[in-house]
Amino acid sequence: MVDLSTNCGGIKSPNPFWLASAPPTNSAYQVCKAFEAGWGGAVWKTIGAPVMNVVNRYAAIDYNGQKIVGLNNIELISDRSIEINLKEISETKKLWPDRAVVASLMVESDRQIWHDIVKRTVDSGADGIELNYGCPHGMSERGMGSAVGQVPEYCSMITEWVTEVSTIPVIVKLTPNITDIRYPGRAAKKGGADAISLINTINTIMGVNLDTFEIEPSRGGKGGHGGYAGPAVKPIALHMVSEIARDPEINLPISAIGGISTWRDALEFILLGSSNVQVCTAAMHYGFRIVEDMIDGLTNWMEEKGFTSLDQIRGKALPNITSFGEMDLLYKAVAHIDEKKCIQCNLCYIACEDTAHQCIDLLPGDGQPKADPYAAEKKQPTVREADCVGCRLCYIVCPVENCITMVRKENGGKPKTWNELVKELPQPMSLEDLRKFQHEHGIEIH
Amino acid sequence: MNNIASKLSNEEYEANFAELHPPFTSAAATVEANRCLYCFDSPCMKACPTHIDISTFIKKITTGNMKGSAKTILSSNWIALTCAKACPVNVLCEGACVYNAKGEEPIQIGRLQRYVMDWYVEKGMPQLFTPAPKNGKSVGIIGAGPSGLACAAELALMGYEVVIYEAKHIAGGLDTHGIAPYKMKQQDSLNEVKMVEKLGVTIKTGVRVGETISVEDLTKKHDAIFLGVGLKTPTRLGIPGEELNGVYDALTFIEKVTTRKWNSVDVGKRVAVIGAGNTAIDAATEAKRLGAEKVCMLYRRSEKEMPAYKFEFELAKKDGIEFQFLTAPKRILGNGKVEAVECLKMELGEKDSEGRRKPKPIPGSEFQIPVDMLIKSAGQNIEETFLSGIPGLKTAGGVVVVNSETLQTTNVKFFAGGDCINGGKEVVNAAADGKKAAGNIDRWLFVK
Ligand SMILES: Cc1cc2nc3c(=O)[nH]c(=O)nc-3n(C[C@H](O)[C@H](O)[C@H](O)COP(=O)(O)OP(=O)(O)OC[C@H]3O[C@@H](n4cnc5c(N)ncnc54)[C@H](O)[C@@H]3O)c2cc1C
Ligand SMILES: Cc1cc2nc3c(=O)[nH]c(=O)nc-3n(C[C@H](O)[C@H](O)[C@H](O)COP(=O)(O)O)c2cc1C
Repeated sequence: MVDLSTNCGGIKSPNPFWLASAPPTNSAYQVCKAFEAGWGGAVWKTIGAPVMNVVNRYAAIDYNGQKIVGLNNIELISDRSIEINLKEISETKKLWPDRAVVASLMVESDRQIWHDIVKRTVDSGADGIELNYGCPHGMSERGMGSAVGQVPEYCSMITEWVTEVSTIPVIVKLTPNITDIRYPGRAAKKGGADAISLINTINTIMGVNLDTFEIEPSRGGKGGHGGYAGPAVKPIALHMVSEIARDPEINLPISAIGGISTWRDALEFILLGSSNVQVCTAAMHYGFRIVEDMIDGLTNWMEEKGFTSLDQIRGKALPNITSFGEMDLLYKAVAHIDEKKCIQCNLCYIACEDTAHQCIDLLPGDGQPKADPYAAEKKQPTVREADCVGCRLCYIVCPVENCITMVRKENGGKPKTWNELVKELPQPMSLEDLRKFQHEHGIEIH
Repeated sequence: MNNIASKLSNEEYEANFAELHPPFTSAAATVEANRCLYCFDSPCMKACPTHIDISTFIKKITTGNMKGSAKTILSSNWIALTCAKACPVNVLCEGACVYNAKGEEPIQIGRLQRYVMDWYVEKGMPQLFTPAPKNGKSVGIIGAGPSGLACAAELALMGYEVVIYEAKHIAGGLDTHGIAPYKMKQQDSLNEVKMVEKLGVTIKTGVRVGETISVEDLTKKHDAIFLGVGLKTPTRLGIPGEELNGVYDALTFIEKVTTRKWNSVDVGKRVAVIGAGNTAIDAATEAKRLGAEKVCMLYRRSEKEMPAYKFEFELAKKDGIEFQFLTAPKRILGNGKVEAVECLKMELGEKDSEGRRKPKPIPGSEFQIPVDMLIKSAGQNIEETFLSGIPGLKTAGGVVVVNSETLQTTNVKFFAGGDCINGGKEVVNAAADGKKAAGNIDRWLFVK
């Protein structure tokens, strides 16, 4: 039997799929409906300081006819009162005792105000608190949200104010709008956080209207930056999650957020060390029902691979992350085009010829008569292996599955990393010495 | 005609003659255009006789550059609207699309081209090209079909004075008078004519060269002449009864369907069509869609030898048309009006020079098919009488002889293209020929 239950810094849920703090978790009605659909937990829409929203809050990037590759918003925190939200949290928790109900908080940077709201939240019966240090618009101008997340000192100070009175687990939610995510992560740890969640949304301008020169979306002629989420941000989130997971100074459970739409996305984050995941954009696109396939797909995958609990796989991909200096310079691979699968779109050819290393030739067809009358005119792209540097661009542009593969070339030698090479060659390294090393190992640069 | 089929209601007509390939919505066009791989040196472009840079015009749709897209199309093919709707795309561009090799649906190139051309027409067909200054030379074009129009447009842009002489009262050739209304509307063809006129081309309709104006006069008037006369209406079958009321040739019938108000065209309840080429199929489906109860096609060879495209055959079968293969008409019976066609069963014998097995009648196999209307569609021919009036112009094998590189005829002042040199192919071949001839006329006049 596969057990999908998780524990993130002391907050338990029957499966790893939580709704992120956002419009899907605005109210008890929505959160209860989501739990009905199967979600394991929900971080309530951030509550705190009074706000007033504008219209046209959202904008999306559609790509090649695919809707919502990325979603941008300038929504503020909950515009309902703290009282109502806490009351609904309380009721929801009573109705759904097995699910994780987490309150997301954001108030002015004042110790007393924080103490007050934390105590009221604990009294509501919530399973935990998430501190929103991420909102990049509207709140940051008022010294909240990412204004806190971007300054590690504030981050640890406010976390401390919260943890000194909270009797339930505290998660700190980080903003990605920063150069090195580990600094606010360490600050959260220093402030006593029980877990870290990331990422919140990324600063973006979504577009410019070519007729009116207004910013998209425009609110009465004006627009501005908002926070970006959805499938487009997933690789950024994966990197940041792995940075937090690998930092020995932090060593806290992670709740991963950013572009998660399917169980596959979720698994990647879990393999990079997160305890659970949070979802916003995908739910906003399709509704709560998407969780059914998330649970089902994850369960099937676990069964197929013979895993019974998420603890068995958590962080399993982390050891495979390394720095450039530790990669084998002598690992050689070249592109190979499977002529039987090739459809002669010649995209590999033009990509290599114009923008890579000019090592794909368009050779005339194989001379064999073909039933297809156009075959005679077709040309076969063929890799000149001796000149292929193995950059993988052709593989990336090829539209046919498994047509281009990167084939390993055994060269008999032992692996050699840059860090090793630096120790062996005289320093500072000269191009001549490096060329000599390459030449000895059959690597020719054209 | 006996037993005229009852007329359709407006709704029935609209449904029966609805477009075979309806237009894309802009969202659907964007999705489809983005599916295009943007192949390098793409096979679709090679497969198109006019070599439209297909992947480029499609890419431009994705960026919202409709004007650039229209220009890309028109710079290769002046008859792009008709072609978008009437081309047999699955044996041309779409048949060559690399997605076929991938085991997936090819890009719907025809519909995307239509999307662009519809946009262009909607915008009032703005000028996309700047004509060169007048070069003082004049070219006469005989026939305002697609080959003549394409040649004219190209020459006008190069700075020639161009006059088209067209025998019919409306220009456009078979694009206007022949193509099935469920593929395209006559207005599409007329828009294309207008587009060519906007380039400064003069079209004189109602002028039959050889009758209204002599070939000699024309030769004097112009520095070069392009022949885009197409083919003439069919040969007689040479069997008794062809003069009976209710016997039509396919082109006459089709021309009525395309040019007249639909409810003024009579069809019989029971129709037989003789022949199995694309024109025969059009005649049969049009008769059926206009309300004929039973339409039967008679062909003297078997399904395998049938000259019609497979997709046209499939369309006819879907329309409920019956096929009698290995059947040849012997005589048409009736008393003033056609009542039946007497046929002979055939069998296939030796291969002929083209490698097709020759049909032979089976003696004593006569049988009758009762019909109210008989449509003959057994091939078309070049107009020998007119063509023989052009000094030095040779014809052979039913086509005008040309140098295949230059499209120059055996009378150096005359160039030719379209159906009259290929014996009847497609609009796109005519469009390609017209453009190619224009380039060669220019070369001949200025290098000569
Ligand atoms: C019923 C039918 C359906 C068809 N459907 C399709 C289709 O769906 N798709 C497709 O691609 N192709 C189709 N075709 C073929 C296509 O229409 C022709 O290949 C194309 O029109 C040939 O162009 P053209 O310019 O050579 O000749 P035409 O289009 O025949 O034009 C010749 C013009 O020259 C004029 N002319 C002739 N003699 C003289 C003279 N002495 N003086 C002045 N004018 C003269 C004629 O009146 C005519 O207007 C169809 C053909 C037919 C008959
Ligand atoms: C419309 C919208 C409103 C959001 N509001 C909040 C919020 O109030 N508090 C918060 O912590 N995060 C908020 N977020 C950020 C999300 O919780 C989440 O971190 C982000 O959308 C990335 O996840 P995703 O790619 O699954 O959407 C909001 C996101 C969106 C799209």
